[in-house]
Amino acid sequence: MGNVLVWAIWIGAAGACLGSGIAVVSFANPFFSALALIGNLASLAVLFLLASAEFVAAAQVLVYAGAVMVMFLFVIAYLGGRADAPFAGGPSWVSVGAVVAATALLVEIVVVIGLKAGDLLSDEADVGSAFGSPGEIGRFFLTDHLLAFEITSIVLLIAAVGGVILGTKTRAEEELDRLDGAAP
Amino acid sequence: MGPDVTWYLVVSALLFSIGTLGVLLRRSPLVVLLSLEIMLNSANLALIAFSRLHGDHDGQIFALSVMAVAASEVVVGLGLIVAVARRKLVLDVDRFRVLRG
Repeated sequence: MGNVLVWAIWIGAAGACLGSGIAVVSFANPFFSALALIGNLASLAVLFLLASAEFVAAAQVLVYAGAVMVMFLFVIAYLGGRADAPFAGGPSWVSVGAVVAATALLVEIVVVIGLKAGDLLSDEADVGSAFGSPGEIGRFFLTDHLLAFEITSIVLLIAAVGGVILGTKTRAEEELDRLDGAAP
Repeated sequence: MGPDVTWYLVVSALLFSIGTLGVLLRRSPLVVLLSLEIMLNSANLALIAFSRLHGDHDGQIFALSVMAVAASEVVVGLGLIVAVARRKLVLDVDRFRVLRG
């Protein structure tokens, strides 16, 4: 009985995940794309939970579906109508090439995994209930993966500095604004 | 037990292809960034599935690092988009030829 329930939740989450992924790509209005991506991230978090990665699922909802997507929505609101980008029109050679490339990538992934790992994927390791818990993840981050932890913090710091530099006006832009103000 | 790792990998591969399609098809840099997020998350799903398969935490640690790098990438990407929009240029990835200030 529990087995059927797990399968049902898994199939629901996977379907929501793929459906909202297609929605992200196909909405003309980026605001709806961003909302669909929030759904995508939330259903991915359910899949993470079912793969006993509790802490990653929680971080996914907090960091991704929360913080990152709010930032996206702010920028989309700031850009307003200029952010809209409908499809260019009928099938051009670019879009045909894009579909062919994406399909080739999918076939490639499936073939490689099927050939190299097909029969190795069924025997799952037994894990305890502590697997994927915040305590375990924190212990690994502060012992075996301390360097990765520190480098991540430096990457985030550099990104923050880069965001500030990109956000401030340069001298050339101030000059442009001054000229714009003087012209009319 | 629920579905085994193969099913996770199938979903991951499909999501990655959907993300690729978005990056290649769409012109708006915002939607390209959103599709990139889908691709990163599909990789995360594969990492977590393999982490479960081997009963090893390393995949989850890697997925968390990927999330931090993705957040940094969004900051810089959105900063670039806002900087481009402030200069009153058209937001179309096909028209971004030079990024020189």
